[in-house]
Amino acid sequence: MTHTTAHPPAHAQRQSFLRKHVFSVDHKVIGRQYLDLALVAVVTGMVLSWLMRFHLGWPDTPVPLLGKLAPTGAAGGVMTPEYYLELMTMHGTIMVFFVLTTAPFAGFGNYFLPIHVGAEDMAFPRINMMSFWVTLLAFLVLVAAFFVGDGPPLSGWTAYAPLSAVGKDAGPGQGSGQTLWAISIAIFCIAQLLGSLNFIATTLDLRTKGMSLARLPYATWAWFVTAVIALVAFAVLLPACILLILDRVAGTSFFIPGGLVISDRLQPHMGGSPLLWQHLFWFFGHPEVYVAILPGFGIISQILPVFARKPLLGPRVFIACLVAIAFLSYTVWGHHMFLSGMNPFSATLFSVPTLVITIPAAIITLLWIGTVYGARLRLTSASLFALGFVSVFVSGGISGFFLAQPSTDIYLHGTYFVVAHFHFVMGVAAMFGIFAGTYFWFPKMFGRMMSETLGKWHFWLTFIGVYCIFMPMHYLGLAGNVRRYSAFTDDYLQPLIPLHRFITIAALFTGAVQLIFLFNLIRSRLRGPKAADNPWEATTLEWSTSSPPPHDNFGGRRPTVAYGPNEYGVAGPAGRDYVMQAAAQ
Amino acid sequence: MTNGGGDGALGSSVAQTGVWIGIGTIAMSFAALTSALVVRQSGAPDWHHLQLPALLYVNTLVLLGSSVTLEWARRRQAPLALHLTIALGVMFVVGQILAWRQLIAQQQSLASGPSSAFFYVFTALHAMHVLGGVAGLTYVERRMTAGGVPPGTYKAAALYWHFMAVLWLYLLLLLTIRA
Repeated sequence: MTHTTAHPPAHAQRQSFLRKHVFSVDHKVIGRQYLDLALVAVVTGMVLSWLMRFHLGWPDTPVPLLGKLAPTGAAGGVMTPEYYLELMTMHGTIMVFFVLTTAPFAGFGNYFLPIHVGAEDMAFPRINMMSFWVTLLAFLVLVAAFFVGDGPPLSGWTAYAPLSAVGKDAGPGQGSGQTLWAISIAIFCIAQLLGSLNFIATTLDLRTKGMSLARLPYATWAWFVTAVIALVAFAVLLPACILLILDRVAGTSFFIPGGLVISDRLQPHMGGSPLLWQHLFWFFGHPEVYVAILPGFGIISQILPVFARKPLLGPRVFIACLVAIAFLSYTVWGHHMFLSGMNPFSATLFSVPTLVITIPAAIITLLWIGTVYGARLRLTSASLFALGFVSVFVSGGISGFFLAQPSTDIYLHGTYFVVAHFHFVMGVAAMFGIFAGTYFWFPKMFGRMMSETLGKWHFWLTFIGVYCIFMPMHYLGLAGNVRRYSAFTDDYLQPLIPLHRFITIAALFTGAVQLIFLFNLIRSRLRGPKAADNPWEATTLEWSTSSPPPHDNFGGRRPTVAYGPNEYGVAGPAGRDYVMQAAAQ
Repeated sequence: MTNGGGDGALGSSVAQTGVWIGIGTIAMSFAALTSALVVRQSGAPDWHHLQLPALLYVNTLVLLGSSVTLEWARRRQAPLALHLTIALGVMFVVGQILAWRQLIAQQQSLASGPSSAFFYVFTALHAMHVLGGVAGLTYVERRMTAGGVPPGTYKAAALYWHFMAVLWLYLLLLLTIRA
């Protein structure tokens, strides 16, 4: 067993406050900074969704505070259709980039990947620090769009050209707001490239003695594969954003066709291809949804065996499936564009790998179910959220079969069916992964336990809440309810308004339930009972060191690894049913 | 790169791994831009062939020459050759700026057409990456005068620098054929 006494090395004590807590090169501080940023972002994104949901349910009822905050977008507290789209754009952008990418990948990955491989820090600590501050800069640039010009952009998180490319003629927020959006995302790409570079180099080069690739914990496998996906995906989005910025500010015509008249003005561009933006964007965009969800796969695969007290079923199959998903994620982007006008042959070409990619995803789901099957599962907040992850991932995944086929997708693509699909399979599932990771690792990160009672209340109310929000949206979509519209008052969709109100109430309720989580986070941080080094009886290296780990993770000595991460339900030393990775052979 | 379990030491190969990953990323970005060029050219009636300034070929020789001097500096432990490499690198970027000025003088600016737009995007992004390489070599130079540079770091910087030359040859070929 690796010794657990913490002797902070001399250089850790000499650091100034600023170097230690703010501009730190310690991967643990950087990981927490990412998680803090994601927390701010998720609250912002959730409030935006509340405003949108309230408007959908009661489009004529004013929200007085909103009227004061956005006097042009919501004069008198009732938002304009354009302002609805602006909120939608910011909600999507903030959630996808600054929550679903930032928390499970950059946040938890930064904190635990180096510890999992037995390293003192990332391969390039300064680059690591830079990647966080660049991410924060990207967030500030994006949020600045609320405060400058005529507000944030309205072209959605996908920023389809030419709407996103022509400038202020295209509507409110399409001037400076859209430019800030493009700059923010370009900056974010740079941050993610720097971060992913570190993840890959650390996993390849800094593994401690005995830590073969086969012995890597599953979360770290997932972060590693995710980093490879992110590297290729953001390397494409970055030049795409540069071309978009040039179209907007330098008069080029990469994405803007000729003869385009917008707001009665002939646009001074010619020859550009709007579909080119869609291809570049979705070549990034589809792998990006795997960047959001694969870390959750890893976290769940690490958590379920701990609480099932059984090894993960088929660990090699799990890793093979991760790699297969990573590869296939680059072959399916066209399924986002069935409606954009596509040769039916190309549509088939994109449809087939989209259906094929469900095979490794389904295999992984079966491995999870097989792992907990017949187990005496310890029901904790972490294991509940892990099971909840499997549930919402399956619920969201099944609707994917319908969307993968052009014939059904053409009917469903513009409707709430798609909203339900991607929120379940990527949004809620990834959030459940974040929650599971938080309840699981909080004791290690802060040396204190979270309240299990509050955690379980949080789980059950959230679990019921998200099903109440997103299940009915499938029905809305099948009934032909288009998405992106701000209201349905004088419309053939009027009979569906009661259902919209139900969803809105469920969304407000589920959002309010998150206050339990916030309260639990803050109270446990200050007053939670002290956590032992290994409260969950887990095997991986982070549980061999103190809670929280010392500055250099293992107190001056690097552990030697003799076992895989999957030694549960075995006859371990001292009557335990597990063997830690760092246990003496 | 360590196989089947690390050796527990911070190997000098880490910098090289980092550069290889960086090379992969940069290659992907330029591949994306190449595909954008192909798509943009195929569907456009407004594509006019761009006459590349002859200065570009001189710049090419300068950049290739800098790769030769860098290998000389590394193998013969010749600090003077390293200074020369950095100077040639800066000269290349200055040469590229002069080439842009020649084009602008011929009314070929960023916004005047798709072929010139792609020309500026490709050459400017490449020049920025070359400047990154100049910064890397300057770091190596400073470490050498301060007492020594790990061979792995030196090799990593050289790897990146040679990649810049290879990337430029590719871009020159692409721009000659396509733009």
